[in-house]
Amino acid sequence: MNLYEKTASELSRMLQSREVSAVEVTTSFLERIDQVDPHLKAFITRTAEQALDTAGRIDYFRQQGEQLHPLAGVPVAVKDNISTMDLRTTCASLILKDYIPPFDATVITALKSAGMPILGKTNLDEFAMGSSTENSAFFPTRNPWNLDRVPGGSSGGSAVAVAAGMAPLALGSDTGGSIRQPASLCRVTGLRPTYGRVSRYGLVAFASSLDQIGIISMNALDSALFLNLIAGYDPLDSTSLPGEVPDYTAGLEPGLEKLRVGVIRYGSTEGFDPEVTEMVQKAASLLEKSGANVGEVSLPLTDYGLSAYYLIAPAEASSNLGRYDGVRYGFCAGGDSIEEMFNRTRGKGFGPEVKRRIMIGTYALSAGYYDAYYLKAMKVRTLVRRSYEEAFKKYDLLLGAASPTPAFKLGEKTGDPLQMYLSDVCNITDSLAGVPSLALPGGAHTSGLPLGLQLTAPPLREKLLLQMACFFEKYSEQAPRRPVLDFIEGGSSDEL
Amino acid sequence: MPADFVREVDYVARLARLFLEPEEKEHMAGQLSDILENARRIQELDTTGIEPTSHVTELPAVLREDRVRPSLPLERALQNAPRRKEGFVRVPRITLSEEEQE
Repeated sequence: MNLYEKTASELSRMLQSREVSAVEVTTSFLERIDQVDPHLKAFITRTAEQALDTAGRIDYFRQQGEQLHPLAGVPVAVKDNISTMDLRTTCASLILKDYIPPFDATVITALKSAGMPILGKTNLDEFAMGSSTENSAFFPTRNPWNLDRVPGGSSGGSAVAVAAGMAPLALGSDTGGSIRQPASLCRVTGLRPTYGRVSRYGLVAFASSLDQIGIISMNALDSALFLNLIAGYDPLDSTSLPGEVPDYTAGLEPGLEKLRVGVIRYGSTEGFDPEVTEMVQKAASLLEKSGANVGEVSLPLTDYGLSAYYLIAPAEASSNLGRYDGVRYGFCAGGDSIEEMFNRTRGKGFGPEVKRRIMIGTYALSAGYYDAYYLKAMKVRTLVRRSYEEAFKKYDLLLGAASPTPAFKLGEKTGDPLQMYLSDVCNITDSLAGVPSLALPGGAHTSGLPLGLQLTAPPLREKLLLQMACFFEKYSEQAPRRPVLDFIEGGSSDEL
Repeated sequence: MPADFVREVDYVARLARLFLEPEEKEHMAGQLSDILENARRIQELDTTGIEPTSHVTELPAVLREDRVRPSLPLERALQNAPRRKEGFVRVPRITLSEEEQE
């Protein structure tokens, strides 16, 4: 088995026992990237030299007998909306095409100090606005399970990097499903932690009350290892949560007795593939057979929540993206007056979806419409939160689907923004409520495409999500698996 | 709706400082009116007496100690500015002289 097929925890163990060197590990992933990324296009920027440099330093420190972090030498891919000092951070936008951050995001500082080699920056929908990675200003990313299909989005590049063995771990961001939906479409594990559990400092802002950095990995244990590193209070992010960070890797062996699981019955099943509903039912009966108390829960606000989200997120975006004016950083189109410069810079620098969201947001915030749209949406958000509080009085955990359908075709939804927005319907209310949520492989569609389950827990109960994900990895027949990439000569290996 | 809405789009684009080509405007008018129509369904919900949620953490505003700390050096802060001159960013003139104002 090649090193690039190993999970992060296996690599961590092998590195610590000096079975392999960090340079060997990093080289294996870099070669894999060279081999498959020309077809998949997960990376915007590759950083082979820096990665090998970090790996070499880690090997040296290990030889010196220094105490190292368990993830030292385990490589990682980073979504290109997370600031990396002296390394281009584009947000997949023309307006930031040549932007070089003068500082590191807090999560980047953490992975650098742990000695994790950064393999590169991954593709996304421009400014994380989208559900297919087709809104990247540079190129779309392709789903490794079927190259004619989208990988989901907006963290499509990170999901593909992990799914195709180009990175054992990746950082993503999730505003309204941008980690969980692509994870489910690519058959990997995607964790959106509780809002505030991981510092947002250095994450380029889209919708500040919803944005959250999270993890894409091959399994729950890998997520736990990585979460240990990035979770915690950060004085540079006043919305990060104070309080102790538990060891997420401890006690992942699940005990299901008396666990109360609410299976989500969606308000409208319109647009749901019947096989998705079936997958959720199967997972529910497995839990029941294993001793959990399983009931049904309806979150009646799913549809309203989606509509509220598509007012709140654009409203915050229209404000956050006001900073791109061609003055302090980014692309500048010039002009005779400052007004003309602003208008032209933004008109040329932003792509269609970003413009749509800025327009919706500006409209919803403008005089005369504020009460009916933005204020009303914030009140609906309160109702959504309450519906979760009610559900969590009865249940410890909610179980549902991570996406209403398997991966759709490239171009299928680009002409119809509303259809595209509906692909986040399973993910969005969790984001509005600020609760942690995890997507994991749930099975295969008859088309062969992956399907994903989604688990949702009360605030700060990430451990429970990881335990349950471990349970499914162990007892369901849906063990992590990698796609066969038949565009590579001689095919590639498959079973993990 | 659409014809009316193009005027609305014009107005909002001006507020957002966003130049749109004429065909872009027309296309967007159709899409925005669909999206907003969908959004309007939240009006069906009764929210009498419900407080709005703007943030989920309920953390109090955090004030840090007022202490001098190093900040980004000027060169670093300006490294991405498209136009700069002598330690400043450069922009088209934004003020008018007194005569010009008259």
